[in-house]
Amino acid sequence: MTSSAKKKAKPRSVLPGFGLSLGFTVFYLSIIVIIPLIGIFVKTSGLTPEQFWHTVTNARVLASYKVSFLTSFYAALVNLVFGLLIAWVLVRYKFPGKRLLDSLIDMPFALPTAVAGISLTAIYAPNGWVGKLLDPLGIKVAFTPLGITLALIFIGLPFVVRTVQPVLQDLDNEVEEAAVMLGAFRWRTFRRVVLPELIPPLLTGFALAFARGIGEYGSVVFISGNMPMKTEIAPLLIMTKLEQFDYRGATAIALVMLVVSFLLLLLINYLQWRSNRRVVSA
Amino acid sequence: MKKRNVLPLKSLMIVIAFAFALTGCGWNSGPNNKAGNAGNASQTNTNGKTDANAANGNAAGTDTKATNDSGSKKPVELLNVSYDPTRELYEAYNKLFADYWKQEKGQDVTVKQSHGGSGAQARAVIDGLEADVVTLALGYDIDSVSQKGFINPDWQQKFDNNSSPYTSTIVFLVRKGNPKGIKDWNDLVKPGVQVITPNPKTSGGARWNYLAAWGYALKQNNGDEAKAQAFVKALFKNVPVLDTGARGSTTTFVQKGIGDVLLAWENEALLSVKELGADKFEIVYPSLSILAEPPVAVVDKNVDKKGTREVAEAYLDYLYTEPAQQVIAQNFYRPQLASVAEQFKDQFPDIPMLTIDNDFGGWAEAQKKHFSDGGVFDQIYTPGS
Repeated sequence: MTSSAKKKAKPRSVLPGFGLSLGFTVFYLSIIVIIPLIGIFVKTSGLTPEQFWHTVTNARVLASYKVSFLTSFYAALVNLVFGLLIAWVLVRYKFPGKRLLDSLIDMPFALPTAVAGISLTAIYAPNGWVGKLLDPLGIKVAFTPLGITLALIFIGLPFVVRTVQPVLQDLDNEVEEAAVMLGAFRWRTFRRVVLPELIPPLLTGFALAFARGIGEYGSVVFISGNMPMKTEIAPLLIMTKLEQFDYRGATAIALVMLVVSFLLLLLINYLQWRSNRRVVSA
Repeated sequence: MKKRNVLPLKSLMIVIAFAFALTGCGWNSGPNNKAGNAGNASQTNTNGKTDANAANGNAAGTDTKATNDSGSKKPVELLNVSYDPTRELYEAYNKLFADYWKQEKGQDVTVKQSHGGSGAQARAVIDGLEADVVTLALGYDIDSVSQKGFINPDWQQKFDNNSSPYTSTIVFLVRKGNPKGIKDWNDLVKPGVQVITPNPKTSGGARWNYLAAWGYALKQNNGDEAKAQAFVKALFKNVPVLDTGARGSTTTFVQKGIGDVLLAWENEALLSVKELGADKFEIVYPSLSILAEPPVAVVDKNVDKKGTREVAEAYLDYLYTEPAQQVIAQNFYRPQLASVAEQFKDQFPDIPMLTIDNDFGGWAEAQKKHFSDGGVFDQIYTPGS
């Protein structure tokens, strides 16, 4: 009897209007996200499976996936390490100009990506400020995969910093103090006490930066040099297909990128969920 | 507690009020702008070239009555969807045309411009951008719009000279003093020469570049296609950066100082020299180039829907008149009218030119053979070829 009463009471949420807001959520998501994505599937379905396979496994297209996914991965990896460092400094230390630095982090969000691409190219081109210094050392940045990675690091940085920062801020000092009192040194405290808490937001930031990098077009086309088989990114190949009015071929490549990105994000989310659970249970 | 709640609300309201004020300003300034434009146009007229003045003066003389009769005609607005390098040209031409139309028909006409990559602009029209006229880089792009039923199939016969009121060609822009001694196409395949050109897959201008090189190689090798392909392949081996558009390539060459030679539209090259000074760059005319014919067309479906056919057709027709051809030449496009061409003959040297129709069998043919997926351009980047 008590259990049935409990059952009755449970569905009532504290917040009212769940049905309405869920309805709105589904409607809104459909219009903004789901229907446009379905459009990609519909356009692609104009191709026969053979044509589809031929389009998406063309040597040049395969090379461009490699460039896109690898550079995004490396860029996200770099952001993971240095984003954490930046978030750490911004949360744990006080210094003049901190606020300014803090707001500077968001600039890559606001700046049109083409502007970022053009300025990065100007600086890292063989005759640019930084490129001039690197050129004698035999390091070429602009018009190589390194340049693409650089552009993606630039646009992906805020994702890691901004997901890690609040978690770091809310971290209980007492736990750390307890660890130190119990005899753990700084590095051990960081590794065993702080880092586990930070892994879920780090993974989220990594996933966001990675996903952003895969789809990035504006900042990359200027610095990559767009050489076929070498520095051509997949979004550029989509643009070249559109330029030939080949909508189906373009959406076919888009579809492959969409599916691969989705699987990767799913994997990262799974890892995040697992690490979350471990932290909670421990 | 209550105070803390109020503060964000207040700032939000300020932001909203500010946004409204901004949009309000935009709406208010619309008609003002128009008035400003008309004023500018008439001013251009009085200060303009003598020929323009004479032509307009005549028109005004015969049409004073018409102006008085139909002074209350509703203002009309046209949308000209064009490609990147024509921005300055149409800014000047629109003023000229608005003035002409006012005197001819007593009607205010405002022409809005839209610029971007030629292919992207064509797609925008196909996807529903309500252009009255399109003025693009390639006949192929207008053909694509036509195939979707927006433009009647015979568009290229509608206006004189294949519906191209101006032409251009492909030239070499080199650094001052021409340090690598580049004189002709075969200098571009030499080792150690860096050539800057945009990607023919994404840029209309780059397709003209590529075809000019191909045509030259074909002539040199008595029509041997395999040798022509080897030549073009060697040329693109010397290309360190493939930008997506003509302006991008110009920036790479001019601002970033990359490369020894830029393959460019003649009008872009002349503009670069004029803007950046003749002390930095010079133009080299190769022994053979290609006649680039950027065509124009009325978007039949849209003008019939909007009722703007008469003014849209007049807009393109007027491009062929002497005052318009003057503006065209001043903006570094080659004029079609012999009298204007004669005046500007120092600016546009006479060189042998291939044409897309005679030497490449038209755009559809050239596109299929060279630039479509798996075409010759793709093959030169395919490993093992």
